Amino acid sequence: MLRAGLFPFPPFGFPMQTKRTTFRSYWLPYLLIAPQLAITLIFFIWPAGQAVWQSFLQEDAFGLSTKFVGLRNYVKLLNSPEYLASFETTVIFTVCTAGLSLGLALLFAVAVDRMIRTASAYTTFILWPYAVAPAIAGVLWWFMFNPSVGVLTYALQTMGYDWNHRLSGTDAMILVVLASSWKQISYNFLFFLAGLQSIPQSLREAAAIDGAGPVKRFFTVVFPLLSPTTFFLLVVNINYTMFDTFSTIDASTAGGPGQSTTILVYKVYEDGYKGLDLGSSAAQSVILMGIVMVLTFIQFRYIERRVQY
Amino acid sequence: MVENRPFLTFLAHLVLILGVAFVALPVWIAFVASTHDQATFLGGSMPLWPGSNMWETYRTILTDGVPNSGTPPLTMMMTNSLIMALIITFGKIAISVISAFAIVYFRFPFRVLAFWIIFVTLMLPVEVRIMPTFKVVADLGLLNSYAGLSIPLIASATATFLFRQFFLTIPEELVEAARIDGAGPMKFFRDMVLPLSQTNIAALFVILFIYGWNQYLWPMLITTDEKFYTVVMGIKRMSDVADSDPQWNFVMGSAMLAMLPPVLVVIFMQRLFVKGLVEQEK
Repeated sequence: MLRAGLFPFPPFGFPMQTKRTTFRSYWLPYLLIAPQLAITLIFFIWPAGQAVWQSFLQEDAFGLSTKFVGLRNYVKLLNSPEYLASFETTVIFTVCTAGLSLGLALLFAVAVDRMIRTASAYTTFILWPYAVAPAIAGVLWWFMFNPSVGVLTYALQTMGYDWNHRLSGTDAMILVVLASSWKQISYNFLFFLAGLQSIPQSLREAAAIDGAGPVKRFFTVVFPLLSPTTFFLLVVNINYTMFDTFSTIDASTAGGPGQSTTILVYKVYEDGYKGLDLGSSAAQSVILMGIVMVLTFIQFRYIERRVQY
Repeated sequence: MVENRPFLTFLAHLVLILGVAFVALPVWIAFVASTHDQATFLGGSMPLWPGSNMWETYRTILTDGVPNSGTPPLTMMMTNSLIMALIITFGKIAISVISAFAIVYFRFPFRVLAFWIIFVTLMLPVEVRIMPTFKVVADLGLLNSYAGLSIPLIASATATFLFRQFFLTIPEELVEAARIDGAGPMKFFRDMVLPLSQTNIAALFVILFIYGWNQYLWPMLITTDEKFYTVVMGIKRMSDVADSDPQWNFVMGSAMLAMLPPVLVVIFMQRLFVKGLVEQEK
């Protein structure tokens, strides 16, 4: 989230930009940029390169020898039902989580936008889960849905529903979706609120004078003007659910039962760190990197242009 | 608000109260759980109101740690988290403020290349390249150390971009004036750029502190020595006990303590936090 959400995406060609007046030195800029560059090379570029290289290799069962197998790891992945299932899980999880957290956040933001005196109090109360670690969010919801002592399990039981996320894949999915969206609402809320507050009051007043009621105003004036924010948040949320929810899932369902909450990034970890299938894990990493790049590219291109009506 | 509609205002309040309740519910339940003793949970019921065991729970986990969980006392894990979060925060701010300065205020060969190398880091979250990064850190002998916990997370393009963006808004006249007065680049950096960046640094501090404190996967992978356990990853260790139910009061007490510092930071530095998150987007 931090990675994607925090900063303005610069337009292409942007590194060219400097000050008109610059300083001159043959060594100073290199010295200044060296720490950042060194860490980037050692801990990012090199491992990423390793992942790409590894994805073309296959180790034998005992880890004694490796051989170059070309694209075989990829072919195997794309033919593996588990991997495809994980893709599907990721899509379901992403759509549900992004939908739920964006929807609720927009609702809360619209409500707070009406408030005058109480706005900042409500904002504080909705804001703080941003600070809760995704892993802790997972633990909290896991506790509430615990089959033996969970509050919500008990509540569901009195309504006649027998909750057990250890056995039911659907229950497990609902659990991780709730925990992940709970954590993300505050972030989305903040951006929606900022977006709402930047819409000129005169536009709404004009619409009101023309006889548009609050609901009509929302759908014909406010919501269209929010589209840049919504689109930005959509991409950030996809990014969040695909990568940052790793800890939420690990701390609550650990990908189970079976494979029902194993999203792509969790599978990389499971196959690589637990299953020790390095070639396959590396190939999965490379596919994920590709997805991240596409997302970043979309973010770049379209956010800069600003979806506008 | 354009016109006065009491019903809509009432509806909005209702929605927000429900929303605040939804947001607070998990934490309330965790808090309640941490105030009861172990026996309460054996019956398979969960109380909704705080019990009388609160001080006992927190005293136990803070000084002795969660019994039989293989994790050190919470004071130790929280100190580790604090050290890790502060190294990440200050490290990120320090290296990105100087590299952004170099990118904006100098023209040098390979500037664009250097920029793109940094930019690429944006695209690769730790989760995606866990295995190879883990191997690099292991080869460097950084497992079970504060350096290993924090340095690989220090590099990120995020902060560099923020500073770059901000530096571009500093008026050209300032540089010109500084040069006419004979100030070198480092003097300009110290006396002009840094003081002007104060608010941005503070805003970034809030966000990066939360980011650092909340790290989970990375500490879990590279710490095997419990002396270096951080609190967020420690909770997983204590809730993952084999053959028995977790000791709910202790686990939830630890969860409360683990979220306390970043939540306090957000609440007390809300203005800066909002600025850091939203206003940069403009």
